[in-house]
Amino acid sequence: MTETISNILISIFMLSSAIFILVAAVGILRLPDLLTRMHASTKAGALGVALMMVAAMLHFNDLVLMAKAMAVILFIFITAPVAAHAIGRAGYFVGVPIWVKTIKDELYNNYDADTHRLRSGLETEEELNKPAKDKPRIRISSKK
Amino acid sequence: MHYIYLITFGLLSIALVLIFARLLMGPTLPDRVVALELLATVIVAMTGTYAIFTDRSSFIDVAIVTALTAFLAAIGFARFLERGGPRDD
Repeated sequence: MTETISNILISIFMLSSAIFILVAAVGILRLPDLLTRMHASTKAGALGVALMMVAAMLHFNDLVLMAKAMAVILFIFITAPVAAHAIGRAGYFVGVPIWVKTIKDELYNNYDADTHRLRSGLETEEELNKPAKDKPRIRISSKK
Repeated sequence: MHYIYLITFGLLSIALVLIFARLLMGPTLPDRVVALELLATVIVAMTGTYAIFTDRSSFIDVAIVTALTAFLAAIGFARFLERGGPRDD
């Protein structure tokens, strides 16, 4: 009886993991620009791996393996946002075109890409009188 | 139970194919890096499925190592993009 229940639970976890990862893959294929693609891939992918590791915990029913699978889940949940942040930051500096329908870019004209200084809008006069470069960092992609 | 394994492997394989299409198409280099990272995530999940399928728990160690190398690769690519290299591919 418990065998059947645990089998059903493992099946549910495995299938939902596969479906989440498939959704992440569809998102990375269909979404329009880099940031929205990262939005799809990091969250759904991390959740998919976590569900698969929970299924492995239930299947093996062993304390050592439970610790290992827990380590994988923790590692994924710590590293996925860090890696996404690093790639998104690098992509912004490289000048990856963003989607045409993007409504807000708060770093636009507030960030000096050469000196890596972020202006807050509360600077004194002499700081503002430095030669400001207003060239846009973002190239809006013309095709939709 | 056998069908569950097959369906899971099938769905993950479809995901691999879709991500590989983005890896080939991706208009810029950061797009490809994101696709590569998600590819490694899918491989971690597939290793977990294989560990359950063959009933061998040592494959979870493989999953740990794959996740670690994927993270290091992503950080390395981000640093490479930020500090130099081709600005546009």
